[in-house]
Amino acid sequence: MARMTMIEALRSAMDVKLGDDPSVIVFGEDVGYFGGVFRCTAGLQARYGEERVFDTPINESAIVGMAVGMAAQGMRPCVEIQFADYVFPAYDQITQEAARLRHRSNGQFTCPLVVRMPTGGGIFGGQTHSQSPEALFTHVAGLKVVIPSNPYDAKGLLIAAIEDPDPVIFLEPKRIYNGPFAGDPHGKSVPWSAHPAGDVPEEHYSIPLGKAAIRRQGSAVTVLAYGTMVHVAEATVEQTGIDAEIIDLRTLLPLDLDTIRASVAKTGRCVVIHEATRTSGFGAELIAEVQEACFWHLRAPIQRVAGWDAPYPHAQEWDYFPGPDRIARALQQAMEA
Amino acid sequence: MADISSTPQDSGSSSRRDETATMSSRQGTRARLQFPHPPARPDQKADFSAIVVPEAGILPVPPLDIDASGCRELAVGMVRVLDKNNRPVGPWADYLGDLSADRLRLGLRDMLKMRAIDRRMLNAQRQGKTSFYLQCTGEEAIGCCFQRELSQGDMNFPTYRQQTLLVAADYPLEQLMGQLYSNELDPLKGRQLPIMHSARDYGFFSISGNLGTQYVQAVGWAMAAALTGTGKIAAGWIGDGATASNDFHSALLTASVYMPPVVLNVVNNQWAISTYTGIAAGKSETYAARALGYGIPALRVDGNDYLAVMAVSRWAIERARQGHGPVLIEWFTYRAAAHSTSDDPSAYRPRDEARAWPLGDPIDRLKAHLIARGDWSEERHVQAEAEILDEVTAVQKAVEAHGTFVDPQPISPAEIFLNVYADMPEHLRRQRQEMGY
Ligand SMILES: Cc1ncc(C[n+]2csc(CCOP(=O)(O)OP(=O)(O)O)c2C)c(N)n1
Ligand SMILES: [Mg+2]
Repeated sequence: MARMTMIEALRSAMDVKLGDDPSVIVFGEDVGYFGGVFRCTAGLQARYGEERVFDTPINESAIVGMAVGMAAQGMRPCVEIQFADYVFPAYDQITQEAARLRHRSNGQFTCPLVVRMPTGGGIFGGQTHSQSPEALFTHVAGLKVVIPSNPYDAKGLLIAAIEDPDPVIFLEPKRIYNGPFAGDPHGKSVPWSAHPAGDVPEEHYSIPLGKAAIRRQGSAVTVLAYGTMVHVAEATVEQTGIDAEIIDLRTLLPLDLDTIRASVAKTGRCVVIHEATRTSGFGAELIAEVQEACFWHLRAPIQRVAGWDAPYPHAQEWDYFPGPDRIARALQQAMEA
Repeated sequence: MADISSTPQDSGSSSRRDETATMSSRQGTRARLQFPHPPARPDQKADFSAIVVPEAGILPVPPLDIDASGCRELAVGMVRVLDKNNRPVGPWADYLGDLSADRLRLGLRDMLKMRAIDRRMLNAQRQGKTSFYLQCTGEEAIGCCFQRELSQGDMNFPTYRQQTLLVAADYPLEQLMGQLYSNELDPLKGRQLPIMHSARDYGFFSISGNLGTQYVQAVGWAMAAALTGTGKIAAGWIGDGATASNDFHSALLTASVYMPPVVLNVVNNQWAISTYTGIAAGKSETYAARALGYGIPALRVDGNDYLAVMAVSRWAIERARQGHGPVLIEWFTYRAAAHSTSDDPSAYRPRDEARAWPLGDPIDRLKAHLIARGDWSEERHVQAEAEILDEVTAVQKAVEAHGTFVDPQPISPAEIFLNVYADMPEHLRRQRQEMGY
């Protein structure tokens, strides 16, 4: 076991796969020589050479388009988009091409690629370095959508994503690249080395896509969260003393409905949390699924905590970010009803 | 002996060899990919020997209605006006005619002010007073001079590295710095990143963080200007790295189709964060030459030569204004500072690379020219630098009194909900209430 940050764990996953599968290839903007603006690919070009790890022009649709062409021939590209906010030029290649290649060619061509990208806010990045676009991908048939909340999961999920036969959107919550975040920007920053999930094996292991993890067992209310918000939820639950069961979804598509259903059947209450804007966010899907699957178990309306329906602001970041106060209020409401 | 030893088996294997040879020649040898490399990495000596710096004054001034086909030497060469002795020479110098000392000193002042602002703001970021900053060191001549050649009502579509345009448009420093400190003087109410300005009255379109998008918007703005007959022009700005974006090519295509009054500027500062310009250029000779394929006239210009910038800006703006259509200018320069306060260039390029840059520093060169003219001196320069720094520092102090990131006087969170739409819809009203405002 080694102590790793999420950045190191992601790098280790790519390292393992570059090492054990010659069809794996890594590229993106500033990814090669420099190793990525968040350093996720640092050292990989030196280790595996330029034909396996390289820099690209600043053209996201080219990055994904090249990856589609390579993947269709049987390679396994794992490409980086510098920020999720910059994925949109590639939206056509991802949603109209990669996602449907298998289906429209009846399996003649497939698309085993991974598109990694830092997502979410909390770093004063303003509207173009803070967005959470997961719902724009979960709405697309043919994609899988993954978002880890800690280094151990990040490595296991990224290896599973690279080994998956279909295209995977891999969202990396940048606020927790270096340590978990409890939701208080003025609080003490904790490194991953002080967290049990910072223990990461050096070798190959994978975590199956489509399986959620229960982060805290509880009986009073079920909290559904992913990415950074898992940690904010944990901290809030600790502060409020409510006996919540916290489910870290890990994969949004396909969704682990069994785990969710079992929990809500037990608690009868549910709070859904995400950073992304509220309207038509992934929370809406979660609420619909929980309502359909658990209607007769529910004892209160399902609560939703999400980013406000406005562009992500720079200076008012902490008024925008759905922090502990709003989560605590939602938990109370779920409990009182 | 050879004949005797040649057994049927051997001949069989040699015919198999022939077959293999034919197959491999049919398939060709293995194609090898190209991965462009910068001339030097951190452990090497800076090396710009591959950059050809032509003599000043050798390129002609084309007629305003020139076609792309007549622009080749301008697109692969480099327009330079100041010679080794800092004297203006050649047709572009003649095109400028006699320049007043005041005009040139204004240019020097703009650049010194820009550099002073960059220095103060970098410092402020290091002290935690603002979240982020980004300098334009080495590129001051381009935007500072281009802006002075525009007219009121023309519109720039800038990137985050064209604060020069604001400075030369005399954009109030209180607003510029207010945004950097996200305090009540911020005209954008804290919504945008500190460096992503918007100043409509100063001919400065709202900056987007998403590279390339503004370039084709400049074409659209210019088309609207032509359609409504305003007589105004648009100027698009893009970095060498971002010329790789789809929108760069969309802009060239649409400009070529509709021939709107737009000047398309490419600031080639050799780097895109850690990525060498060759990754954006590929096998193209120059960025300017790329425009020729779209049928758009193009010139490459020494961007560190204030007089060359002035001459070509004036010519291109005049061409657009007179209705001869688009033109692309590649400003050849060097990003002397880090990409931003989040970047450390010593990880990917030699530390001394800026000093080895063959086109020098724009401020040093204009200063030397003014001294050569007898219109400036070392003493006056030192004095001007100090005065400008004092001016900038005085504004900075005044702006800081309204709050910084260290000592915040927050803008109302309710601002988040304003200007999302012209009329706030019910669901936003509800959310604002829920927030407590
Ligand atoms: C669409 C998009 N992709 C990636 C980025 C991240 N990014 C910001 S600046 C930059 C480099 C741009 O280089 P260049 O265009 O040469 O401009 P310079 O910074 O040199 O002025 C990159 C890749 C972005 N802002 N937008
Ligand atoms: Mg550049």
